[in-house]
Amino acid sequence: MDSTKTYNDKVVRQFTAATILWGVVGMLVGLYIAAQLAWPALNFDIPYLTFSRLRPLHTSAVIFAFGGSALMGTAFYVVQRTCQVRLISDKLAAFTFWGWQLVIVLVAITYPLGITQSKEYAEPEWFIDIIITVVWVAFAIVFFGTLAKRRVKHIYVANWFYGAFIITIAVLHIVNNIAIPVSWTKSYIVYSGAVDAMVQWWYGHNAVGFFLTAGFLAMMYYFVPKQAERPIYSYRLSVVHFWALIAIYMWAGPHHLMYTALPDWAQSLGMVFSLILLAPSWGGMLNGILTLSGAWHKLRTDPVLKFMIVSLSFYGMSTFEGPMMSIKTVNSLSHYTDWTIGHVHSGALGWVGFITMGSLYCLIPRLYGRKQMYSQKLVETHFWVATIGVVIYIAAMWMAGVMQGLMWRATNDDGTLTYTFIESLKQTYPFYYARFFGGLLYLSGMLMMAWNTWMTWRTSREPAPALIPTAVHA
Amino acid sequence: MSMFWSIFVMVLVTINVVGAIWLLFGNAKSAPGETTGHTWDENLTEYNKPLPMWWIGLFVLSVAFGIGYLVLYPGFGAVKGSLDWTSVKQHDAHVAEANARLEKLFAQFRDVPMAKLVDDPKALGIGHNVFANNCAMCHGSDARGARGFPNLTDNDWLYGGDPQTVIATITHGRNGVMPAWGAVVGDQGVTELAHYVRELSGQSHDASLAEAGKTRYMTLCIACHGPTGKGNPALGAPNLTDATWLYGGDLATIEATIRNGRNGHMPAWDKTLGPDRIRMAAAWVLAQSKRAPADTAEAAQ
Repeated sequence: MDSTKTYNDKVVRQFTAATILWGVVGMLVGLYIAAQLAWPALNFDIPYLTFSRLRPLHTSAVIFAFGGSALMGTAFYVVQRTCQVRLISDKLAAFTFWGWQLVIVLVAITYPLGITQSKEYAEPEWFIDIIITVVWVAFAIVFFGTLAKRRVKHIYVANWFYGAFIITIAVLHIVNNIAIPVSWTKSYIVYSGAVDAMVQWWYGHNAVGFFLTAGFLAMMYYFVPKQAERPIYSYRLSVVHFWALIAIYMWAGPHHLMYTALPDWAQSLGMVFSLILLAPSWGGMLNGILTLSGAWHKLRTDPVLKFMIVSLSFYGMSTFEGPMMSIKTVNSLSHYTDWTIGHVHSGALGWVGFITMGSLYCLIPRLYGRKQMYSQKLVETHFWVATIGVVIYIAAMWMAGVMQGLMWRATNDDGTLTYTFIESLKQTYPFYYARFFGGLLYLSGMLMMAWNTWMTWRTSREPAPALIPTAVHA
Repeated sequence: MSMFWSIFVMVLVTINVVGAIWLLFGNAKSAPGETTGHTWDENLTEYNKPLPMWWIGLFVLSVAFGIGYLVLYPGFGAVKGSLDWTSVKQHDAHVAEANARLEKLFAQFRDVPMAKLVDDPKALGIGHNVFANNCAMCHGSDARGARGFPNLTDNDWLYGGDPQTVIATITHGRNGVMPAWGAVVGDQGVTELAHYVRELSGQSHDASLAEAGKTRYMTLCIACHGPTGKGNPALGAPNLTDATWLYGGDLATIEATIRNGRNGHMPAWDKTLGPDRIRMAAAWVLAQSKRAPADTAEAAQ
């Protein structure tokens, strides 16, 4: 058969499998370091297993390995389906897949060895950064090349978000990682002092904005209407919140550096634009949730839609919480506490995790030519176990964070601090146990998904390549 | 901030704020219910419903707040903001307010001599708090110290345990420098010296090595540790004849100390704590050592 008449779903299947594999691995590492916080002896005094080396491994594994594979896989699926053309190059798509997996493996080897740039979420050393850049360019060529060849005149909203995500991450990655290598495993970043901090958090916050928000909103914009079989609520809302989101996110980085050596004017702008960001962020939530209106009855029976609606709710919650935490007065309480960890995980587990799981549960059956997963009941169980896990996790971290903030600022009549740091740590232990338990539930859900996917794959015959419909609607 | 960067920031802020509002109102009106008429992937379509009014309100409100904030506070390029606020001023105001509040509390102890302060429970309470906040990370919450950080609860003092010296130590800090002798005396010399130091402190040693070490000691170490090894508080040179060891009294540690030297650093606290807090912290420390049993070498003399 002429391959140009079919979609390239092979690379999508590969990315899907990688997503689930790295999801299990990344969350397992997360659970292990959560256990280390509760029971510190668990690092067994082995340097490769210390919290300081495994924590970046956890964040990179879940963000870039799990999240990245999910984004690349769904981007390749969505751009083909909404443009009604095959990916422009199977070879370059395969290169993107294997290149990205190579990066993940290199990261998993170097971090435990202590080879790191020590920049949060940008820990890979310079030679890995170069490989990332090459792979990313390949990814961009495949995506935009396919988009350029589209047979549908209008570009679907999901592709705007995928496009913004790909371009911006390229810019962020390159600017933030400009370094002078001194050996294969060591380099020095060219920035120093407050400038270095500002570049780092300009990168760090936009990684949240464009990787974890814009990218997954793209996923949402395809899979929510697909699964709900409802039209997107409002095209003009898409337009307004897309442009407002990508313009205003760029300013929000300084809110990570409140009351530091960063000049006051930059701190103010970081706070002001973080607050202005609330409405554009909620635009995405509204468009998603209101798309589901008219399909509410399906929520009773369809666990996949349940994942999606809960993910949108967590998206709304954390994009409300973020601007609030960027207000200087709130930040002076929340900064450096576990509240931040709670906030991040409400976004990461609740929004990013759930929209990925919902989208994959919608996608996987289609990739194997069937109507639903091997066990729909297990999808339902996964949903409830994961939801309870997230709620326990973030509630524990919120309480721990507010308690720490209050203990650290409490003073005696003589002006001294009421509590030592160690006292606040002692009080945090119950919350660390609760967080570990919440994480355990969330990981169990991920294992159910892995098993369910495995069984779906095993009980399906390799489907014939999906034909590209010849009729073009718009 | 230079004029160029100030204008650069102003232009970008203005474009973003005005652009957001233009985008919002440019798209605010539409007939409800109509679709865009596009279809993707068989069944993906779009309504073109109007923006929710409350959402527009929220957007406008946040922009209005932002503009108001930039009028009051620094942020719009080099414009200082009408409140003339800076984070440094905010910090200084907090400190001044706290100092004014504490002045009354601290004034009552200012003329009390140290000899009395060490028995004043209120002063000791404050001193303990100051110690817990600032000193405990090195000397421990119970002031018993750690390897390299002196135990403050005994009667063994490196620089002297009278109130004025303790206050001077806290105020100006100390640098306890033991030079590295490895390159001067060689491995054999290090071992010989270490055995002599073990002999001085009455620990097991090789007599012939110690004898050789004594000769070296009398040329090199005598200057600081003295002819009898009792040390010199004026320099902070430790007494080598007692059972108190800052880094350890086993042979390997003594050898390492002689070979590589040591750098003990106590920071100066005058800028951070000021004289009132330092006196009370000193009083608390002295109260701890006062309670210590007189079992140390110096006290036994």
